[in-house]
Amino acid sequence: MPSLGADMEAGTLVQWRVAAGDTVARGDIVAEVDTDKGVIEIECFESGVVERLVVEPGAKVPVGTVLAEIRSTDQLPPHPTGGATAPSSAPAAAASVPASTAVPLEPPRPTPERRVRVSPLARKRAAEMGLDLSMVQGTGPGGAIQVADVERAEPKVGPPGPAQASPLDSMRRAIAAAMARSKREIPHYYLQTRIDMSQAQAWLRAQNQQRPIEQRLLPVVVLLKAVASALRDVPQLNGFWIDGEHRLADAIHVGFAIAMKGGGLLAPAIHDVDRRSCDELMADLRDLIPRARAGRLRSSEFTDGTITVTSLGDGGVESVLGVIYPPQVAIVGFGSIADQPWAEHGMVGVRPVITASLAADHRATDGHVGARFLDAVAHHLRAMENS
Amino acid sequence: MTENDIRRVIVDGLTQLAPESHPERLRGDQPIRASLDIDSFDFLTFLVGLHKSLGVEIPEADYGKLETLDGMVRYLLPRARS
Repeated sequence: MPSLGADMEAGTLVQWRVAAGDTVARGDIVAEVDTDKGVIEIECFESGVVERLVVEPGAKVPVGTVLAEIRSTDQLPPHPTGGATAPSSAPAAAASVPASTAVPLEPPRPTPERRVRVSPLARKRAAEMGLDLSMVQGTGPGGAIQVADVERAEPKVGPPGPAQASPLDSMRRAIAAAMARSKREIPHYYLQTRIDMSQAQAWLRAQNQQRPIEQRLLPVVVLLKAVASALRDVPQLNGFWIDGEHRLADAIHVGFAIAMKGGGLLAPAIHDVDRRSCDELMADLRDLIPRARAGRLRSSEFTDGTITVTSLGDGGVESVLGVIYPPQVAIVGFGSIADQPWAEHGMVGVRPVITASLAADHRATDGHVGARFLDAVAHHLRAMENS
Repeated sequence: MTENDIRRVIVDGLTQLAPESHPERLRGDQPIRASLDIDSFDFLTFLVGLHKSLGVEIPEADYGKLETLDGMVRYLLPRARS
């Protein structure tokens, strides 16, 4: 059971996507796990052949538990017989097994009977009603429980048992744990700057004018791109503080804060933002936002973020000073783009202006570095016209 | 397409995005995004849906005319394919 964030202690295996004997590659989705943050698709850390599925669907196990055993393909002995040495144990979810068990493979286990799919909304509604989902008959595709099924079902009489927490409550608790740890451990410093968005908006307008509506870009894409470009200039803010050490990340994976309907927040990682075009980033968002809200993210999206960006511009607020998601060392915030008076070359005019902020870990960097970073963000946004 | 058809397409689209916020109770002159707590990403998704179901081109410069239910109906009715 991989840890999908500093605040995760256990997860419930919802279902396997592979069976014993299947060949899997690193990055393949092998299982679905239910956590505080919704159902997460677990990606494999190893390439090889699934030797054995250890944990049964429905079981809740602590982080670190072996879920399945995978025999690495490069560790296969040339012949099934002979004194093959035991391979070194593979890291993470997949523990390798001694080569002597190579043959015969266990037959695939029968499909476990309890493989209930529940829509996130149905889960929420059931929690509100104090309903045990195992008592609900699903009528959706493949017997999935949908919100109508929940509403048809009568709640069992009597007390709801030992405090059945709703997923929203548990997400709230996960956020509380991470944010409390952040404020307890991380000495934040804060900087903010106003940025003239005339050029960036003109570029966006020109782009969107030529595009069919399905391919139009949102301003947040430009902001993400500017942050990634600025991190190339000032890499100190892209990384982690772990065991009293500042460790720089070697790729720029931006955790993007997404508000859940009805409360809560997730910040899944968008990978390699510095190397993605604006079009690719928009496609990433179109994929990521609905999946995050439906509770269907992948494990790497939870663990790979090297910095976080939060954009609260839609609500009309002018600025946001974020709380760092540990063990990251910085969070960048954007308010709304609004027309404001702007003085330049001794003249006052009206410009579309955004306030960009940085909250950073003072153990890892100083204000001077943070200031250079925000300056770089502003520079890249003003240079949009030429990109 | 009648005004009522258009109104139904709009409310159906909004219901898909924000079922919990009861778009069917929206008054014609209420600001849609603020009333239903719809962000810019969801709003764009919604407009893409309108474009597909009504065949109306909606340039970005016209987004400002689509802030209320009445405004949307006024904009879409003469442009929708019959």
